[in-house]
Amino acid sequence: MPASWSGKVAIVGAYESPRRRAPGVHPFAIQAECARGALADAGLDLGDVDGLAAAASFPAEGAREMAVAEIAEYLGIHPRWMDGTDIGGAAPLSHAGHAVAAIQAGLAEVVLVTYAACGCSWPYGAPDYLTYAHGPGQWELPYGPSTVATYALAARRHMHEFGTTEADLAAIAVQCRANAAANPDARFTSPITVDDVLSSAVIAAPLHRLDCCVVTDSGGAFVLTSARRAASTGARSANTGPVYVLGFGEALGQVSMNQMRTFTATAAAESGARAFATAGMRPAEIDCAQLYDSFTITVLLALEDLGFCGKGEGGKFASAGELGPGGRLPINTDGGGLSSNHPGRRGALAVIEAVRQLRGISPGVRLENPRTALVHGMGGSLSTSSTLILGV
Amino acid sequence: MDSAPGLAPLTDQFSQAYWDAARGATLLIQRCRGCGRHQFYPRGHCAACFAPDPEWLPASGHGRVHTYTVVERTPNAEFAADCPYVLAIIELDEGPRLTARIAGATDGLRCDARVRAVFAAATGDTAAGQAGIVLPNFGLET
Repeated sequence: MPASWSGKVAIVGAYESPRRRAPGVHPFAIQAECARGALADAGLDLGDVDGLAAAASFPAEGAREMAVAEIAEYLGIHPRWMDGTDIGGAAPLSHAGHAVAAIQAGLAEVVLVTYAACGCSWPYGAPDYLTYAHGPGQWELPYGPSTVATYALAARRHMHEFGTTEADLAAIAVQCRANAAANPDARFTSPITVDDVLSSAVIAAPLHRLDCCVVTDSGGAFVLTSARRAASTGARSANTGPVYVLGFGEALGQVSMNQMRTFTATAAAESGARAFATAGMRPAEIDCAQLYDSFTITVLLALEDLGFCGKGEGGKFASAGELGPGGRLPINTDGGGLSSNHPGRRGALAVIEAVRQLRGISPGVRLENPRTALVHGMGGSLSTSSTLILGV
Repeated sequence: MDSAPGLAPLTDQFSQAYWDAARGATLLIQRCRGCGRHQFYPRGHCAACFAPDPEWLPASGHGRVHTYTVVERTPNAEFAADCPYVLAIIELDEGPRLTARIAGATDGLRCDARVRAVFAAATGDTAAGQAGIVLPNFGLET
């Protein structure tokens, strides 16, 4: 499988909206802005797009369960292949992986993956439950879960089993903020310390406000096509070249927290192993990573589950500075969701930053000649997991 | 007895027995007639071996706090007045885990602390109260 899968499809265009607050703007307008930007970056036109992937069923995303059809209609296209896989923040990574398969199968040639939400300005508020109080949800919703509380449950158990500290988690937020310093579009750029994180308000213990991602109005899009077409398409320079998809894997965990198999590991262990298998690679061969950072604990669990450190060692790995530009695994080089941008599903933006980093044009921290990047998405309440490996 | 929160469960053919028992201060779980495993939450099949029609039986009501969080702030308006509250995952002595709150004193609250089921009538002005729901919660054993 690895040899036939790897490197046959490339991301040839990527664009992140510079918006962070957009009151009065419908998310679909940001979708169109991002589609235009990604296609321009690829040297392609909307008329070249014959495949579309999008998920936009969260309230602040402006669509409902027919999201991919609504967005196609808004853009004014009638693609011959579509994917509306709707698995929270991991969805755009799964869209990319599915697009690779579709392009190789001849079902599409140019696939647009697009995402937008008005996470902070959308006027129609809604609770952040993932289920209703019937069926499986009746056993959890009456007790008052929230998204941050469900991640806090995992953080608490990790601290109990492995001695992980709140300061270890805070080190992740501190690193992401440092990475955002040079990013002109980042939501927050002023440096923070571990003490700043620990003295910020507790939202759901042990997670503080600064353990949580920013909430923005924004979006992003990227374009995939066959490596063969990528070689003959669009503007070509060092900073706009194709970024090849080397590996992909996805996995499902649970939605109800009372069904979580273990609170100290996630479905990333499976999506990561699948991504490394399709790429024929090992964690040591990854130069940098964009790890979903809805909360600091999300990053810590991913580090362990993806095999960048041993189970239980994530806290020490982060506190030792291994996530910084000079460390063993530089992450979230634009500031991530913790400091730069998180409109609702960070996955699209994580892919875009991996592309920029491999092209040498990250708006945050530019690493020295990275050749490989891992992108990891985590959706819901540690529910869904999708992992991409990219390379140049 | 602490008052239980709102957002009423909508009962169905697999859950009615559970909620009826809770009203009588009994915690019901299921056991597979095929592989013998206990399970929660209730379903019409065993989630381990897919055998149909698991049997109901009363749980001991004893277990441990597998993990917990103290919710200080919530975006969900119907629970804002409850803050701070302890949301926990309880591991029953029979094996299954369930979601609940820690009711009463929280001195000594930690992962793996021993707990026992307590039953709180939902307050009348909440959706659960209007539905006559009694929610199983857990108190720390002293």
